[in-house]
Amino acid sequence: MSAETHESSGESHEVHSSSDYIKHHLQNLTYGKKPDGHWGLAHTSQEAKDMGFWAFHVDSLGVSLLLGVLFLWAFRSVAKRANAGVPTGWQNFVEWIIEFIDTSVRGSFSGKNPLVAPLAMTVFIWIFLMNFMDLLAVDHIPELAKAFGLPFFKVVPTTDPNTTFGMAIAIFFLIIFYSVKMKGLGGFIGELAFQPFGKPGILVNLLLEGVNLIAKPISLALRLFGNMYAGEMIFILIAIMFGAGVGFGLLAGVLQWAWAVFHILIITLQAFIFMTLTIVYMDMAHQEHH
Amino acid sequence: MNINATLIGQSITFFLFVWFCMKFVWPPIMSALAERKKQIADGLAAGERGKHELELASRNAADSMREAKGQAAEVIAQAEKRAAQIVDEAKGTAKAEGDRMIAGAKAEIDQEATRARETLREQVAALAVAGAEKILRREIDAKAHADLLEAIKKEL
Repeated sequence: MSAETHESSGESHEVHSSSDYIKHHLQNLTYGKKPDGHWGLAHTSQEAKDMGFWAFHVDSLGVSLLLGVLFLWAFRSVAKRANAGVPTGWQNFVEWIIEFIDTSVRGSFSGKNPLVAPLAMTVFIWIFLMNFMDLLAVDHIPELAKAFGLPFFKVVPTTDPNTTFGMAIAIFFLIIFYSVKMKGLGGFIGELAFQPFGKPGILVNLLLEGVNLIAKPISLALRLFGNMYAGEMIFILIAIMFGAGVGFGLLAGVLQWAWAVFHILIITLQAFIFMTLTIVYMDMAHQEHH
Repeated sequence: MNINATLIGQSITFFLFVWFCMKFVWPPIMSALAERKKQIADGLAAGERGKHELELASRNAADSMREAKGQAAEVIAQAEKRAAQIVDEAKGTAKAEGDRMIAGAKAEIDQEATRARETLREQVAALAVAGAEKILRREIDAKAHADLLEAIKKEL
């Protein structure tokens, strides 16, 4: 999060122009099949693009997996020795978060489903941790990766649409699954076909409700991705300013700090919005429409 | 920014995390929280009950204190009454004894007086008889006039 570390931007490295610098920072470390038939890491953006669908963003997957495991390990350590005694330190903090999420779930979700609260918690904490990576200085990790011979490293998994869409699609499946489970297949399709205009307007209904349904995962994914991507972009732009003389450098330092502070709010808010919408969508999936 | 198989990987990872959370993280913590909530509620209820019992006990204590005080006062009153009674009785006995002694003394005095009077009368009678004898020595036969003399003696 410190601002002093962005001297590495621009001229002093192989990346020559601001545009290249930005592009470099926005490229994921991709592992896939190269044109020569071997699997390996892409060393240019074009190479990554040519790998097509069957390629993996090693940085997104790795960082998100690491953070998820960290989160589960930290919470599991509390769960293992959870008791009704006086909570201390970390346990207290975990219980505070859990109570907060439980309150949110109780407030928005009226059905009975043991999945929803853990789902909400996973969404909230995991997204928060992934967003939190945004507060690491934009050049630290890529430079570190370069030292290990990795051409790219995008440390914030939520600025990768694959991550946000991955979660949104998972939640979309859950919405469909529970809609069908609670209302039956007929009920679910009926909801799509016969609302809001009844039988005569079946085509319009299907169109409206279909868009409504599809919009849920897309809005979830794009909102998070857009916010984090934009935030990251601003960090990168500020980082470029460090290379533009003492005056701009000082200004960039101030901006960097201000944006980071503001970003603390944004990353939490985005995680919270994602969680709340997940709960609301699950609630809608459980509710019988008349 | 390419959409690729990372999408599938992230979905699977997410499902695994949710599953783990639902299985091993959420339930134990929630049950611990619920249990603590219950314990606190129980504790509060016990405290309330204790307070109530304390109130009851102090009220009981005050009651028995008042009762004991009442009994003590009663005992004291009875004792005082009894003491007064004893004093009265003693006074009565003493008075009766005194009266009895006075009466005895009076009776003795009366007796003494009667006896003295009797003696006096006899002596007067004897004196009178002696006088009369001296006067009537010659004419009166003591033996013949004994009943007469006796009658005179009685009249004295």
